[in-house]
Amino acid sequence: MANAIRIDNLQKKFRLGFIPKTRQILKGITFSVREGEIFGYLGPNGAGKTTTIKCVLDLIHPDAGTIEIFGRSHFSPRSRQTLGFLPENPYFYDYLTAAEFLAFTADLFGLDRVEKEERIARLLKLVGLERAAGLPLRKFSRGMLQRAGLAQALVNDPKLVILDEPLGGMDPIGRKEIRDIIVRFKDEGKTVFFTSHILQDIEMICDRVAIIVGGRIVKEGVLRDLVSERVLFTEVTVSGLSPEAFRGLGESISARGDRVLLKVYDESKVDEVLDLVHDQKGRLVSLSPRTETLEDIFIETVTRT
Amino acid sequence: MKIGAIAGITFKEAKRDRILYLLFFFAALGIGGARVLAILTVGDRVKIIKDVGLASISLFGVLMAILIGTGLVYKEIDKKTIFTLLSKPLHRAEFILGKFLGLVLTLFVMTLFMSLIFLAIVYAHTLKVEGTLLVAVGYIFLELVLITAVAILFSSFSTPILSSLFALAFYLIGHLSWGLELILKKMTPGAGRTLVRALYAVLPDLENFNFRTEVVHGLPIPPGIYFSSALYGVCYTAFILGLAVLVFRRRDFI
Repeated sequence: MANAIRIDNLQKKFRLGFIPKTRQILKGITFSVREGEIFGYLGPNGAGKTTTIKCVLDLIHPDAGTIEIFGRSHFSPRSRQTLGFLPENPYFYDYLTAAEFLAFTADLFGLDRVEKEERIARLLKLVGLERAAGLPLRKFSRGMLQRAGLAQALVNDPKLVILDEPLGGMDPIGRKEIRDIIVRFKDEGKTVFFTSHILQDIEMICDRVAIIVGGRIVKEGVLRDLVSERVLFTEVTVSGLSPEAFRGLGESISARGDRVLLKVYDESKVDEVLDLVHDQKGRLVSLSPRTETLEDIFIETVTRT
Repeated sequence: MKIGAIAGITFKEAKRDRILYLLFFFAALGIGGARVLAILTVGDRVKIIKDVGLASISLFGVLMAILIGTGLVYKEIDKKTIFTLLSKPLHRAEFILGKFLGLVLTLFVMTLFMSLIFLAIVYAHTLKVEGTLLVAVGYIFLELVLITAVAILFSSFSTPILSSLFALAFYLIGHLSWGLELILKKMTPGAGRTLVRALYAVLPDLENFNFRTEVVHGLPIPPGIYFSSALYGVCYTAFILGLAVLVFRRRDFI
């Protein structure tokens, strides 16, 4: 599969502060995003995620390294002809309406009038802003701005969509809608490269991920290879019995009213817990095995690094 | 097309700026006030009206170019709208040119309105439409175009306050540098003369665009001067815009 983005040995340092102090933000980043995949880029705050994206978009000039977008150097503005970008906390001309703003961004891609009008109408519908199309952007909520930002990122029907924290500031319904849109991109053959702090979202929709910590990629790969199916522990909620009844079988992590929540690390002891509940006339409320999540891997990786 | 889109949005933004209308109001007041001044002064009233009117167009036009121009690029960076723009297939040079043309269009419209008021007042006194006054206005506009380029150059790397001071300094130096030409004529050949000549070549001479005295007093102007002044304006503007593009291309947008 061809690469949508190829980054090789990317390095960037900044001189910051009143008395300038050099800080190396990217320390030789290398990874690729393949065509047609959803790629999640994770990292704690200040790890270098946004700096990487800004280098890809030529907003920041790297000190060393190469970046290619569909095989073309990122220095060429033509490399951005088939690219859509949604910045973190998008800022737009707040005196324009959503429709005017989309028309302006369409002009930057040289779309003709008919194509422009058709696409604006379709995008406003896609992001659920049809009824707010005539409203100035300054009257938009943060979630609505995020939707307008997503619409402008799609105005050129891009092959590659780069989204910096696209789910930030969205309510749960809005987040689900944006997630669905991202999955739809993949179905349409688009490549999606996005960063997010909400790891469940990344886990839900990404094919591959890379974790950046302190300006270095510390983990990269197919999500299902990184996250094992291994059960870490089983959570059992029981009512009608005291926590002492389960001594030696599992760790009682909370007891409220007549309910006890147990964490059973040894899988073979789960049956013993169930037998005990049955014998002592207790009631099983819930039982859920907890497999390894992306969050576990992320926290472990970041802590270790 | 892309430059046109940037110019369009810049025009839209500039015409929302209240300072533009405030300056226009004062310019109109200055042009209209010339009538009162003419009544109170001994001499040719029409000449005073023309002189003060043209001076008002020049002064307030320059203030418009500096006060709006110096914030244009800075605001895009400060408000982070630049991220959305430069992530599109847009050369940074196209962005600078778009900004420049947008403000030039704004100044053209404002100069047009100021000129209409000015010509109407002159007409009220002379009952003649004096087309020659438009020659002076045309060269004032050429000066505004150059000042706009200067304001955008400073705006691409500095804050609006500092940029305004730099641009104002450029304007003042530009109107005083003709003194160097006089000094050159009186100096004997040598290192000092070469230095003054180099300084004069680098510093702007905005008096090249000042045809106000000749037009107001009906003095003859050699035809070649029109062309050389226009060429000077175009070349200097292109040079300043080139510098602005160079500075802007090197910038990181963090």
